[in-house]
Amino acid sequence: MKSNRVLLSILGWVIGFIIFFPILWMVMASLKTEIEAVATPPSFFFIPTLENYFVVQNRSDYLNYAWNSIVISVFATLLAILIAVPASYSFAFRPTKRTQFKLVWILSTKMMPPVGVLIPMYLFYKNMGLLDTHLGLILIYTLMNLPIVIWVLYTYFKDIPQEILEAAQMECDGLLNIFLYILLPLSKSAIFSTSLLSIVLIWNESFWSLNLTAFEAAPLTTFISSYSSPEGLFWAKLSAASTLAILPIMFLGWVTQKQMVKGLTLGAVK
Amino acid sequence: MKLRVLSDYPAIVVLFIWMLGPLIATIYYSFIRYNLLNPRIKGFAGIENYEFLLTDFVFTDSIYNSIQLLGSIIVITVVLGLLISYLLDQDLYGGRLLQLVIISPFFVMPTVSALIWKNLLMHPVNGYFTYLLGLFGLPPIDWFSDIPLGSIIIIVSWNWLPFAVLVFVTAQQSMSQEIKEASKMDGAGHVAFFSQIYLPHLGKAIGAVVMIQMIFHLNIFAEIFTTTTGGPGTQTTNLAFLVYRKALLDFDIGGASAGGIISIVFANIVAIFLLRMIAKNMNSDQ
Repeated sequence: MKSNRVLLSILGWVIGFIIFFPILWMVMASLKTEIEAVATPPSFFFIPTLENYFVVQNRSDYLNYAWNSIVISVFATLLAILIAVPASYSFAFRPTKRTQFKLVWILSTKMMPPVGVLIPMYLFYKNMGLLDTHLGLILIYTLMNLPIVIWVLYTYFKDIPQEILEAAQMECDGLLNIFLYILLPLSKSAIFSTSLLSIVLIWNESFWSLNLTAFEAAPLTTFISSYSSPEGLFWAKLSAASTLAILPIMFLGWVTQKQMVKGLTLGAVK
Repeated sequence: MKLRVLSDYPAIVVLFIWMLGPLIATIYYSFIRYNLLNPRIKGFAGIENYEFLLTDFVFTDSIYNSIQLLGSIIVITVVLGLLISYLLDQDLYGGRLLQLVIISPFFVMPTVSALIWKNLLMHPVNGYFTYLLGLFGLPPIDWFSDIPLGSIIIIVSWNWLPFAVLVFVTAQQSMSQEIKEASKMDGAGHVAFFSQIYLPHLGKAIGAVVMIQMIFHLNIFAEIFTTTTGGPGTQTTNLAFLVYRKALLDFDIGGASAGGIISIVFANIVAIFLLRMIAKNMNSDQ
C-alpha cells in the first residue's frame, strides 16, 4: 500500500507540473533578457534580471492599468456588497412564500449571455459618454456580480443559528439595530471573503473590458491584449506584464476557492 | 416589515432593469435597419435581419464553431477533471499544496493565458512545444493556422479544467468516509470504485459543471480576440465574435442584434435545466 501511495503521489505531482508549466514558464521568461526568452533550445538556467519589470512600467505606464483594475474591481465589489447584504439578509431571515422564486430569478439574470446585450449597452454607453470610463465598467460589473454575491452571502446568512437572532431580538429593539450590532459583526468574515471572490471575478473579466474600454479606464485585461499586435513581440516584457497582472489575484484565488465553488455553481454544488 | 421592503427591493429593481432594458433594446434593434456608418439605412426590417443572418455562411460557420468549442471543452474538462479529482482524493503526499497548484490556471485572466500560450508555447519557431516536438524529431506545428479551433480549445480547456477539478473535489467531500472504507474492505479496486461509487455520487456536480460551462463558453471572446481574431477565414469565429464583428467592425447593428437574440435563446434553453436543478436543491435543503 505504501509504495502505491508513493506512485500515485508521483503521478499527481507530474500532472500538477504539466498543468502549472505555462505559468512557471511565463514567470521564468519574465526574468530573462529578450534574447534568452526566444532562444532555441529554450534556456532553463540563466541569470535572472528584473529589468523587464522596470521597462514595462516605463514604456507602457503599467501602473495606470493596474490602478484602473484596482479601482474598478474594488468599487464594483463595494457597490455589489452594499446592495446584496440587505437583500441576502431579508432572504435568509425573513423568508416569504416568494423568496425561493426571487432567489432563482436573481440567478437567472446571471445566465444572460453578455454578447446578447452588447449592442444596446454599447450604444447606450456611447450616447451617455460612459465608454472608456471607470464608472461605466463599475456599473456593469456591479450588476454582473450581484447575483453571485447575493447568493453566496445568502448561504452564509442561512447558517447563522436562528437562536442567536431570537436572543438578539430580545436584547435590541428595531431590525436595523439587530442588523448593525449583531448580524454584521457575526458575518464580517463571510462578507470579506465574498468581497475577495467578487474582486477576483472582476479582475479577470474580459468581455466587457475589451469591448467598452480603450485606454483611459482600461484595466489589465485590455492592456495585456494590446501585446497581441505583431510588431510588439517582446516576450520577456509580455511575460513580466502578465506576471504582474495575475500573481496578486492568484493568491486571492487560492484563499477564496471555497467561495469560488459556491459562487460559480450558484449553489448547485455544496 | 418596512425594513424588509427596503432591503431586497434595491437588488431586485436594479437587476430587473439590467435584465429587461438591454433585452428589449436588443429585440427592438434586431427588427430594424440600423447601420452606424450609413444613416440613410433605416426603417422597420421585419425578419430581414434574421433571414439575412440565417442564410449567411458566416453565421452557420459560427454556430458550428460555437458547438464544437462548447462540446470539446466540456468533454475535455469533465473527463480530465474527474480523473484528477479522483487522484486528489487518494491522500497523496503534499495533496493540499498540489490542489492549489492544479487550480491555479483558473485565476489567469483569459487575455494573459491566450497570449502566453500563443507566444511562449505555441509559436511555430520559438515556442516551447516546437522545441518539445523537435526533441522527438517531429516537425513543428503552426498551431493557429493548422488547427486554429483546436488551439483555442486547448487554451480554454487549460483555463477551465481547474474549475471542474475544484467542483468535483468539493462535491466528493460530502461522500461519507464509511462508504469509502467499506468499499475498500470489500476489496473494490480503483476502476470499480471510480465507476460504481465515485461517478454516481458526482452525478449532480457533473451536471452543474456541464451546464455552467455551456453558459460561460457561449461568450468565449478574449481568447479569440487576442489570438486569431476569428480567422483564418471564419475558422475560429463563434457566435460571440460574430456579433462583435458585425457590430463594432461592420457597424451593422440590426444584424448583430439578431445574432445576440439567437445566443440568448440558446442560453435560456440551458438555463431552464440548470435553474430547475438549483430550485430542487433548495427544496431538499428545507
